[in-house]
Amino acid sequence: MRNTFLLNGKETAFKPGQMILEAARNGGVEIPTLCYLKGTAPSGACRICLVEVKDARSLVAACSTPVTAGMQVFTDSERVHRARKMNVELLLASGKHNCLVCEANGDCRLQDLVYFYKITKPRFAEEEDQYPTENENPFIVRDFSRCILCGRCVQACNEVMVNRAISHGYRGAESKIVTGGDTSYLNSECVFCGQCVEVCPVGALTEKKAKGMGRPWETKKIRTTCPYCGVGCQLWLHIKDGRIVKVTAVEDAQPNQGRLCVKGRFAYDFIYSEERLKHPLIRQENGEFRDASWDEALDLVAAKFKEIIGKNGPDAIAGVSCARSINEDSYQMQKLFRAVIGTNNIDHCART
Amino acid sequence: MIIVVGSNMTEAHPVAATFVKDAAIGGAQLIVIDPRRTDLADLATLHVQIKVGSDVALLNAVMNVLISENLYDKKYVESCTVGFKELKEKVMEYPPERAAEISGIPAEDIRKLARKLASVKPAMLMYTLGITEHICGVNNVMSCANLQMLLGNVGFECGGVNPLRGQNNVQGACDMGALPNVFPGYQKVDNPQAREKFMVAWKVKSLPEKPGMMIPTMMENLKTGKVKAFYVFGENLANTEPDIKHVEHCLQSAEFLVCQDIFPTETTRFAHVILPAAAWSENDGTFTSSERRVNRVRTVSEPPGEAKPNWWIFREIAKRMGHEWPAASAQEIWDEEVSVLAPSLKGIKYARLRGNGLQWPAPEEGHPGTPTLHKDGCFTCGLGVLKAIDWIPPAEVPDKEYPFTLSTGRRLYHYHTRTQTGRSQGINDILGEETADISPADAEAMSILDGEKVRVKSRRGEVIVKSRITRQVPPGLVWMAFHFREGCANWLTNPVYDPITQTAEYKACAVRIDKIE
Repeated sequence: MRNTFLLNGKETAFKPGQMILEAARNGGVEIPTLCYLKGTAPSGACRICLVEVKDARSLVAACSTPVTAGMQVFTDSERVHRARKMNVELLLASGKHNCLVCEANGDCRLQDLVYFYKITKPRFAEEEDQYPTENENPFIVRDFSRCILCGRCVQACNEVMVNRAISHGYRGAESKIVTGGDTSYLNSECVFCGQCVEVCPVGALTEKKAKGMGRPWETKKIRTTCPYCGVGCQLWLHIKDGRIVKVTAVEDAQPNQGRLCVKGRFAYDFIYSEERLKHPLIRQENGEFRDASWDEALDLVAAKFKEIIGKNGPDAIAGVSCARSINEDSYQMQKLFRAVIGTNNIDHCART
Repeated sequence: MIIVVGSNMTEAHPVAATFVKDAAIGGAQLIVIDPRRTDLADLATLHVQIKVGSDVALLNAVMNVLISENLYDKKYVESCTVGFKELKEKVMEYPPERAAEISGIPAEDIRKLARKLASVKPAMLMYTLGITEHICGVNNVMSCANLQMLLGNVGFECGGVNPLRGQNNVQGACDMGALPNVFPGYQKVDNPQAREKFMVAWKVKSLPEKPGMMIPTMMENLKTGKVKAFYVFGENLANTEPDIKHVEHCLQSAEFLVCQDIFPTETTRFAHVILPAAAWSENDGTFTSSERRVNRVRTVSEPPGEAKPNWWIFREIAKRMGHEWPAASAQEIWDEEVSVLAPSLKGIKYARLRGNGLQWPAPEEGHPGTPTLHKDGCFTCGLGVLKAIDWIPPAEVPDKEYPFTLSTGRRLYHYHTRTQTGRSQGINDILGEETADISPADAEAMSILDGEKVRVKSRRGEVIVKSRITRQVPPGLVWMAFHFREGCANWLTNPVYDPITQTAEYKACAVRIDKIE
């Protein structure tokens, strides 16, 4: 009996202090949830993870109920499904959940549940919009009519990123997720890490730059490393037709464990700038640059280097490598300087 | 316990900072040593607001207390380090009262800090450019190491001396030997065996044995004419180096300047040839992070126009100078050359770089990587070396004519000279111009309003920028970044360098602020 419980009749191990949701997950049983956010204090807000516990007075929230030895938990009973379905129907009525025009279509946990429970028409009357959509900053669109008040954004902002910009505001039917003292993202403490968007289970928070750029089923994901600071965050690049349309964090990856900052998440589109250098350029006598072929430009560089080596020796050439480019590029450049030009005059910006 | 020295992590390394903040709200003690009241200081158990450039004095005094009050880790010092006698003699010259005068931290607070540091084991020390960007940068780093060794904190998980590296692959560029004194894997160029090894691998008859020039010397020698050709790959030196006027004069002096980049920059204006390069996500490759983690970079799309991968460009130049290099992809370069030649990378091959990558040293195939160096105080060099170090002031300190200290760094929304972030939609909307950050007290004394344009002037140049009045900055200090060409701090910064690393003193120079009438 020690540190095991009965999960749908099957003896399952748990760690002391573990909640039913986590223990079940480890035991191979996925309990649906909208509000549970790994690494934060469970809030029990969404009531979707309801399970039946033998001898308990009512259904309990699996995310915030600790397992005890010998506990008998049922995740798949008719009673459980009836309650979950009712809660999904209530959430559906709590706002405007029109998937056709929603950016999260195809990547929405509420949509998944509605589909799972075969809900085809609203059971309760849809509530009127209380708060207008916030669309004034360049990165995050906040559509309150799609917000299910799960509180994941509040948890991500306060408990994970500790930027303390987002909180719960007002009470009862007027409940609202607020930034600062109910102001816009721009006027609050927000630093636009976008972690709130990352954890939003529905379409309340979406990436503005990704709007209309591609549905989840049209994009493929490529894992890569962030091009900014030295932390080395792991990114998913969402690609449609060979173009990055969105960046999200790789969950559970080291070193960033699903977190990103404003640069990593939103500053990816510089590569598509019209200002990119596209052709080799050679300066003319009049000081202006002209387009040149690779052969011409490279021949010129090689000839000039050879001439200087002949006249002034290899140490009259110096080079600076790039700390933003890949290892293989720096390796090649120092090899060019040492093995071909014959100088150790190779450095990069580590020192400055 | 986490000790953060000279690091405004929430802006420069935002994701790393989240883990420090998590630890702090989870109950870990957080000591922030910084002249500015950074966002991290708000979560700190102690914020030690030292004067710019007083780090060695403060750390010496802390060690003075640790030794005087017998709070240091004697067993660790005896078994894992050398140089204690010399260190002790030196730090005895720094009683807290002396350091108080230099650092502005009251002597009693220094004693309390020392006692606090000795109360938890292990403690992790993290530093960034606040430590290194001084004429005494090397001494600052060694003082951090002294402190951590004296506390017995090096060689343990959640311990150690941890620099946060500013750029995605600055660690990797060092590892690859893009340094004037070492081949890939830190094998010294003046070591005949190392040269022999690379001569065989690279199929050449000789390799230069004399260490080369560092960037500031290269620039200086463009002016003297000793350096004729300068090859700048992916660097915007005209904005990033101290004293822009001087830097541009040097670049202008080059007989032949090759720039290889993804955008036209302030530096490419001086080029004779510009080579268009592939950017991030346009070629396969690897980056190595602050924690020595080698990880993959993957291709999404082809470079625009005729732009080419950088490794290809170098290979083509080599070919035109009579050298045929076999490796014809980033993977071949890594698998067949880099990891063969650098002993600490021997166990790292592309096939193993799935998922979370590997932290070097990984000296043989199948090695799981090494997250913590100097495990249990067994230093890779044998014994940890404690160094006796003296404090020196910054090269330029405030005086009557230039009464403020200017310190510089990076802001959250931009990266370096904005070649990337300035061209990413939305970022400029959030932060569109440089400011001079000043304290409320100084603003009031000079009747400067928040957002008012002011003139900031040093002996090298002047800029006109908006003021930003913030309690982050103490009286007497002005803080600026180098992201925007207009108002770039480097019009003002002092081109003086640490004698060993030639790291510039970006963190301290003297300026004056004038209202614009």
